[in-house]
Amino acid sequence: MNRTMSNISIRVENLSKRYRIGQREPYKALRDTLTHALHLPFQVLKKENDRAGSHEKYIWALKEVYFEVEHGEVVGVIGRNGAGKTTLLKVLSRITEPTEGYAEITGRVGSLLEVGTGFHPELTGRENVYLNGAILGMRKAEIDKKFDEIVDFSEVEKFIDTPVKFYSSGMQTRLAFAVAAHLEPEILLVDEVLAVGDAAFQKKCLGKMSDVAREGRTVLFVSHNMGAVRTLCTKGCLIENGKILLQGKVDEVVSLYLRKCQDLTSAISLAKRTDRRGNGSLRFTSVKLLSRDGEEIAAQSGKDLVIAIDYVTDSQSEKHAEVSLAFTDLYGQRLFTCLSRSSHQGGFLRLPGKGQIRCIIPRLPLLPGRYNVSRLWCKIGAQMADDIQDAFHIEVAAGDFFGTGKLNPEDGGNVVIDHGWEIL
Amino acid sequence: MKTGNPMDSMSRLVSSTTIIRPSKGFFSIRWKELWDYRELFYFLIWRDIKVRYKQTVIGFAWAIIQPFLTMVVFSIFFGKFAKIPSEGSPYPLFAYCALVPWTYFAHSINNATNSIVENQRLIGKIYFPRMILPISAVFSQFPDFVISFSILIMMMFFYGVIPTANLLWLPFLIAFMSLTALAVGIWLTTFNAIYRDVRYAVPFLIQFWLFASPVAYPSSLVPERWRTFYGLNPMTGVIEGFRWALLGKGDPPQALLLLSLTVILFVLFVGIAYFRRMEGAITDVI
Repeated sequence: MNRTMSNISIRVENLSKRYRIGQREPYKALRDTLTHALHLPFQVLKKENDRAGSHEKYIWALKEVYFEVEHGEVVGVIGRNGAGKTTLLKVLSRITEPTEGYAEITGRVGSLLEVGTGFHPELTGRENVYLNGAILGMRKAEIDKKFDEIVDFSEVEKFIDTPVKFYSSGMQTRLAFAVAAHLEPEILLVDEVLAVGDAAFQKKCLGKMSDVAREGRTVLFVSHNMGAVRTLCTKGCLIENGKILLQGKVDEVVSLYLRKCQDLTSAISLAKRTDRRGNGSLRFTSVKLLSRDGEEIAAQSGKDLVIAIDYVTDSQSEKHAEVSLAFTDLYGQRLFTCLSRSSHQGGFLRLPGKGQIRCIIPRLPLLPGRYNVSRLWCKIGAQMADDIQDAFHIEVAAGDFFGTGKLNPEDGGNVVIDHGWEIL
Repeated sequence: MKTGNPMDSMSRLVSSTTIIRPSKGFFSIRWKELWDYRELFYFLIWRDIKVRYKQTVIGFAWAIIQPFLTMVVFSIFFGKFAKIPSEGSPYPLFAYCALVPWTYFAHSINNATNSIVENQRLIGKIYFPRMILPISAVFSQFPDFVISFSILIMMMFFYGVIPTANLLWLPFLIAFMSLTALAVGIWLTTFNAIYRDVRYAVPFLIQFWLFASPVAYPSSLVPERWRTFYGLNPMTGVIEGFRWALLGKGDPPQALLLLSLTVILFVLFVGIAYFRRMEGAITDVI
């Protein structure tokens, strides 16, 4: 293996991973297989057919991926949900086998797809540190040596001999991350793990991660947090539909990604969503982001935003409806909800048989980033008519919220509120 | 697949190269990798034991209660009422001597069967040789075995049974017992990971197997012409061997034991290879 690739940490060639539809293969019951066995002769014929039409039953989470990561590079892997980022990490960390292709990793690999993997509620903090450390690939001697440091970092030293089932979720996360942060592989594969924990602790973790980056370790970092990607990473890698769209300087990759997101927000179809609930007397069909003048725009901090939702109903009669849009950040933290019952003068929205509902948010109080409308629903009378989880995303671009010519720092939270200052 | 960089054996910190590609071949078992993960293996056993005794009120007593109460029930119904012969040993001792390895076997295979499903979160988030799970499930039953075995020693003392030189065979028999549990356990683990209803069949299998093994009765009760077939059951060899080694009664292990050992080693080896073969699929299914 000592070819002239001493400088390459990760090399991926023609890597593909196929899953059955539904991302994961459903497990079988022995019962079903036994029944199938009776039809075996037919099965064999059917298999032949399957092979011919296999593209219908399977999806390629990764398709012919090529890339290289040099030693000491910190690469941010970005892309929409389901683009294949996590699958790539899972293949590289050997959790799942590739269907085709080849990857070569030079150096000791540590992967962090979740913090606190294997934590057991019955065990004490101390015991979990050892267990989790061992699971992440640390030697016992290594954990012994770093134990005090880990406990220090976690800020839970007082409870270290208490079973973790008595910990708050924040404490558990801190302890778990403390273990992870002391992992010292040459190559670190990290999935969206900063999604947990309070802001202060997240910052501490980001700090620790940039230390890691500075130490010349190779890091592959999957995140939706463009701010974090920009700060931590030198290179970026954009994945879309299982393929690498662009690999290069982090700024270029991030801005391409943001442009792509905005293209996607221009009109989002909801008509084909099948994962919806409600009795169907009203159906949301599409969503557009508009300016006050009705032009399609990308959402921008501090600019008025009109969320225009087209709908159809099952009759021509006027409906008394109630609509709600719940906004969360990408970690599922609820930010606010636009609920017509409380904000619309006169309570019910009177909807004709077909048309467009517009929700107007003056001076959009969101900082740049990606937000999720985690639930969009409409009730007619007391009946739930349509109810869509994770209806659509909004990518908010930077803007001058206060009209002062200055942008808010991106690490200042998610939301901007209007405020002023007085000196007496 | 972990291929050796020549420096790898010298220190783990020295770079090693990992090649990732679809696995091929039936017999790529990766023994070295299993060895590399021995600390995790140890920690998982430790976790199993620790959690098992933390979650119960009476802790270690569970290890004794089950074989002991079964022994009492067997003594009353089979020993007293049905007057089943016990080869000259007191029936309670005769039954308990078999129940100690039997309980280990039954718990081990049950534990192993569920090991993959119970650890599915772990499997989805981190890589380690999945085979560690069923193996550690079998080995984590060992403390229970030791505890219930110590009760057996007390009972022998109580009944005034002095072990003979046959006792020297015991380590071999314990190893044989563990290998049997491992062999059966690995197959059931693989089946259960693929067919989730297997675990409901396992208690039935164990019950059936209990009566097909000389736990409540001596194997001399089995008609002569079926004896060879009966002897293929590895648990027959284990149990008869335990009685012979500890109580000094019955026949010493015979050629049949060697045959069933061969069978078990074969079953174990193919089981491991089959498990490895299905490993990728198991991860995707879970």
